[in-house]
Amino acid sequence: MTVDSIRNGIVIDHIENGKAMKIYQIMHLENLDCPVAILENVVSKKQGKKDILKIDGHIPFNIDLVGLVSPEATINIVRDAQVVKKVKPELPTKIEGILTCKNPRCITSVEQGIRQAFRLADKDKLEYRCVYCDTKYSE
Amino acid sequence: MRHILNILDLSVEEIDELVATAMDIMARPDVYSNVCHNKTLATLFFEPSTRTRLSFEAAMWELGGRVLGFSEASSSSAAKGESVADTITVVSNYANIIAMRHPKEGAPLVASAHATVPIINAGDGGHNHPTQTLTDLVTIKKELGRFNNLTIGLCGDLKFGRTVHSLIAAMSRYNGIKFVLISPKELKLPAYISKDYIINKNIPFVETTTLEEGIEGLDVLYMTRVQRERFFNEEDYLRLKDRLILTQKKMESAPKGMIVMHPLPRVNEISTEIDSDPRAAYFRQAACGKFARMALIMKLLDLKVGD
Repeated sequence: MTVDSIRNGIVIDHIENGKAMKIYQIMHLENLDCPVAILENVVSKKQGKKDILKIDGHIPFNIDLVGLVSPEATINIVRDAQVVKKVKPELPTKIEGILTCKNPRCITSVEQGIRQAFRLADKDKLEYRCVYCDTKYSE
Repeated sequence: MRHILNILDLSVEEIDELVATAMDIMARPDVYSNVCHNKTLATLFFEPSTRTRLSFEAAMWELGGRVLGFSEASSSSAAKGESVADTITVVSNYANIIAMRHPKEGAPLVASAHATVPIINAGDGGHNHPTQTLTDLVTIKKELGRFNNLTIGLCGDLKFGRTVHSLIAAMSRYNGIKFVLISPKELKLPAYISKDYIINKNIPFVETTTLEEGIEGLDVLYMTRVQRERFFNEEDYLRLKDRLILTQKKMESAPKGMIVMHPLPRVNEISTEIDSDPRAAYFRQAACGKFARMALIMKLLDLKVGD
């Protein structure tokens, strides 16, 4: 299968296999009007299988959100068909308005108008905790 | 303006200062009887609690202040669906300080974002209860005279017991502390609490499932109730609630200088025959609660004797 190279945009490579769609959703790429390609199960020497996301256009986005879903991913910034910058995402120390607390006893489950927020509690374990109730985030 | 949502919002130095103030109030109550003149405490209890609410109210009365509030959500606008944010925004106009209990975890954090007066978390679900921990610390200091070099046994529901988690966090900041964790496997201390406050701080600890094994060598035995409201499942509650009961026989193996503490109310985890044992400190602990809260109200209102 062939997907054309992009001229100006972003290629998120080395995404953990099966996580590209999650990145697509978390970054709300469905709202873009430029071409977006999701490649899944791409053969990789290092990872066995990996996912790739290609966005044919420059968009403002929070790189750290990629780190949240797939910390091993690489973000390539492409200009005139050349990779001009490679960025490794970092885990965000705080995530607001994206993840939802599943604790039924958390105030966020009932109070209107609260922005959900999580803090990075353990970098090694990729563990985020709700800033309101301290419950560990689980999908 | 300060809010106290978690015991760790207070530094060790601030806790030492609050404990010293609480002990001074116990020794010279008359000196403090008018410190909060013309100040109003609102006690907003979205969930009933006899002990905590009454001790806050007694604290404010004894400081010469006034009290208003409600003792359950059904008698407040929360029953009509008013948000915590709106309630707090309104009540901030009527009081100088707010003590708030809410069944939802994190509700005081929401309150603090909307309040124009200090918020004291008087308990939020199974999450935090800083004034109980401050009470516990005043009790330990009053009974044993120190915070350093203590072996502290915690018994009962260590999984859901917020008082246990807060006491461990608070005591882990002192030197020479050892913990003995006594609980059924199902109610063990959560890994993130033991990691953050015990393992990462190289504090020695022992885990056991029986009181007989854990009680020897303790300076403090902190008993807790297995709380029905923390379980989703009645069957689990009934199976686990009677496992760890402190009896006179078990007290025979306990050191003479040990104190037994309990945040109360107890159900059956401490037999009433122990109440007359001088080591039973739980009712004296409840008395300390009022003085701890008096000291905290004064601090958050920035009031001192003679002001």
